[in-house]
Amino acid sequence: MSERELRALVADVRRGRLSRRGFVTLMAGLGVTAPLAAQMLAPLPARAQARPAFTPSRRGGGGQLRVLWWQAPTLLNPHFATGTKDQDASRIFYEPLAGFDPDGNVVPILAAQLPSIENGGVARDGTWVIWNLKKGVVWHDGKPFTADDVVFNWEYAADPATSAWTLASYREIERVDRLDSHAVKVVFKRPTPFWADAFCGARGMLIPKHVFEPFKGAKSREAPANLRPVGTGAYRFVDFKPGDTVRGELNPAYHVPNRPFFDAIEMKGGGDAASAARAVLQTGEYDYAWNMQVEDDILRRLEQGGKGRIVVWPTGNPEHIQLNHTDPWREVDGERSSARTTHPTLSDSAVRAALNVLVDRASIQEEIYGRGGQTSANFLNSPPRFYSRNTRWEFNVERANQILDAAGWRRGPDGIRAKEGKRLRLVYQTSTNAPRQKTQAIVKQACARAGIELELKSVVASVFFSSDAANPDTYSHFYADLQMYNIGMNAPDPQVFMAVFVSWEIASRENKWVGRNITRFRSDEYDRLWRSAETEMDPVKRAALFIRMNDLVIANVAVIPVLWRNGVGAANTRLHGMELNGWDTTMWRLPYWYKA
Amino acid sequence: MTKYFIRRLLIMVPVLAGISLVLFTILALAPGDPFEELAANPNVPREVAQALRHQYGLDDPVAVRYVRWFSAMLKGDWGFSFVSRVNVDTLIMQRLPTSLFVLGSAQLLGLLIALPIGTYSALRPYSLFDQVATTLAFIGFSLPTFFTGLVFILVFSLWLDWLPFIYRADIAATGWRWWWEHARQAAMPVAVLGLFQGATLTRFVRSAVLDVIRLDYVNTARAKGLSEGVTVVKHVIRNALIPVVTLVALQIPGIFTGAVITEQIFRIPGIGSLLISSILANDTPVIMAITFVFSCLVVIFNLLADLLYGWLDPRIAYR
Repeated sequence: MSERELRALVADVRRGRLSRRGFVTLMAGLGVTAPLAAQMLAPLPARAQARPAFTPSRRGGGGQLRVLWWQAPTLLNPHFATGTKDQDASRIFYEPLAGFDPDGNVVPILAAQLPSIENGGVARDGTWVIWNLKKGVVWHDGKPFTADDVVFNWEYAADPATSAWTLASYREIERVDRLDSHAVKVVFKRPTPFWADAFCGARGMLIPKHVFEPFKGAKSREAPANLRPVGTGAYRFVDFKPGDTVRGELNPAYHVPNRPFFDAIEMKGGGDAASAARAVLQTGEYDYAWNMQVEDDILRRLEQGGKGRIVVWPTGNPEHIQLNHTDPWREVDGERSSARTTHPTLSDSAVRAALNVLVDRASIQEEIYGRGGQTSANFLNSPPRFYSRNTRWEFNVERANQILDAAGWRRGPDGIRAKEGKRLRLVYQTSTNAPRQKTQAIVKQACARAGIELELKSVVASVFFSSDAANPDTYSHFYADLQMYNIGMNAPDPQVFMAVFVSWEIASRENKWVGRNITRFRSDEYDRLWRSAETEMDPVKRAALFIRMNDLVIANVAVIPVLWRNGVGAANTRLHGMELNGWDTTMWRLPYWYKA
Repeated sequence: MTKYFIRRLLIMVPVLAGISLVLFTILALAPGDPFEELAANPNVPREVAQALRHQYGLDDPVAVRYVRWFSAMLKGDWGFSFVSRVNVDTLIMQRLPTSLFVLGSAQLLGLLIALPIGTYSALRPYSLFDQVATTLAFIGFSLPTFFTGLVFILVFSLWLDWLPFIYRADIAATGWRWWWEHARQAAMPVAVLGLFQGATLTRFVRSAVLDVIRLDYVNTARAKGLSEGVTVVKHVIRNALIPVVTLVALQIPGIFTGAVITEQIFRIPGIGSLLISSILANDTPVIMAITFVFSCLVVIFNLLADLLYGWLDPRIAYR
């Protein structure tokens, strides 16, 4: 076993993919004694210690919690909260039935316990789920929280006229039956292995029926409570200025005893990420700052102030290079990159394989992103049960040259390879963003050494990511050979996320380029796997299906994963208990935040 | 005078209509989509963004949208923000007090610096005091406010740790503490804007006073035996202020737009930061309303300056 493999195992233990005991057993199998194996892990804190050991004996007493979001929250209705900033702000006041922990496990919040097949809460065929609600929960205005509220949230969000961003989660529900005052049965239209979508996490925050009932459907915009939330959360609403500040005070009737710790919360918005980092790390004016999109070098320098620290956690978001499977330079029926064409050079698997070993992922991670990401060979990285161990990545210019030589791509007088009159000259586009331009430069340099010429192109983010069907520079038009960006996974279940490679989602003129398959990758096997995962109820078999989908995409080099992005936040050195993760909002554990 | 005023008011209407048309067209043609975040989120069905676009009338031709916006505006309906779904006038009114407080204090500080220094410099031109004041004034208005703002933060917040660099509109304190906290957090932005204004105005006051001080009636006042103080205050400054007042009136809209960056740096929840965040979010109704208010300010303060000028200097007649 090489040092590299060993280090990978140690890293797995750190991430929680492998238990400490599992590691020691494995080492014992290799002839390493248990004490020695345990020593290899010594610098890492055991997982049990990472858990907060804080058990307060009364509510409050923590003073004011000040948090800084450099994008300011603009509205406080969770069903309209498109951006994470709005979801985070809404989550101060509203709560879902259940949230998600860092491993993607479902954690009950307003639910009394988790439904499962064993306790009769989940149908064996996945067509329904029964939620038992926590009793004794009251809204901030004193009215009790009951099953009627849950039913109402489904009606509210599933009504297309409401235009809720949560529509996708709720329209898959056939009906929600009220079993008694504190139990509901959610019946799905189709078998749903991932039943913890509606009513859970960021999409599951519940609004009170008695406040929002008059404002359903087209009138939803007019509800005064869109700006003055009445929830069940640990903090009651005090004041909100859209685009600036949200303030809340301790809810004395909160349904978890002895929580929360802080007496009040203030969420300030606006400004820029770098100065937000300063306010936490250097001056200590604020306790937590969100989404630190700042170069790691700068963050490290600011951390030397000693007032705050950087916290990172893995998300499901891959920064990746997409390879166009269609011809972006030939127009067919009024569109380029038409699904009826094939790419002149990238359709050769040798070219794709060569490109795959020309991305220096380690340097990109170390030099550009630092703690902002990890290297990975996979498109689907997280939660751990979906992580494929069958894939490998390497950076090897020599191998790229061998592959291309063997496939008959000969260098021309200018050093650029060509075959049958087709030159290896590719346009590589991304959004304007300093780390992305640096990554482009690193890839371009390596490609030049292998006889592939890359032309770099960067498009302003507001154009690149826009849904404007008339603009040829958007990512979904993909009028280039290669492009790079990051896709958000946003849910602990990969079903929606992995739909970016199914054939019926191919972006085209016909669907105004809103189709989600941007690479135009097409594989019957992949389609079949995705379809079976949609209804597979056995979690182990389902995870295996997703791993096979990932392996298929990686083996075909439909995309080249560059970096597995981490979430990055700045926290006061004394602030703990956040349990931040990529599946739920930053605020999902707010009642349990504490300073010590 | 009244006739002139009415005529100017009438001219304002087509001018503002023209401005609004240009603004609206530019915003409509600019790339970007207020529902970008919805469209980019794989978990949101595309129907949601499409329904919202339809509901908010974004799919109609630009001309139709402009007519709808303009007629609503005439009825006093400013529309609502696509992002926060709040009425635009509510949003602006929430931000206005903070902006007025910071900008008003800055303007006041500028005048308090400029008047005495400018006058004193003019009374003793090319003296050591004048040289120093002139040099400082040149440095003052050559440095952009975003630069001085960052330098202030570096010195007063990070090195000395005296002042907070994040402005909070509502401070949870009462009485003296409230005033003290407000003064502390407003000190840097007010100083940044006020010093910049002061520098420009100092040069202007100096030259205005210099123009007046050589005139015959000043000599007459001195010959009458009036004390130097009375001569300067009642005869020199009063007349020298006529162009200064006009300049201040013309500058006010400029201050609003100039404060946009300062507001962003110090996170002041004013009109300027609202404008920036709306531009970043492609929130056209808010951008439209704020830029339109800014252009109204320019037009109105131009008129005001013209009127003030005539009122202060009776030699000017309106035809």
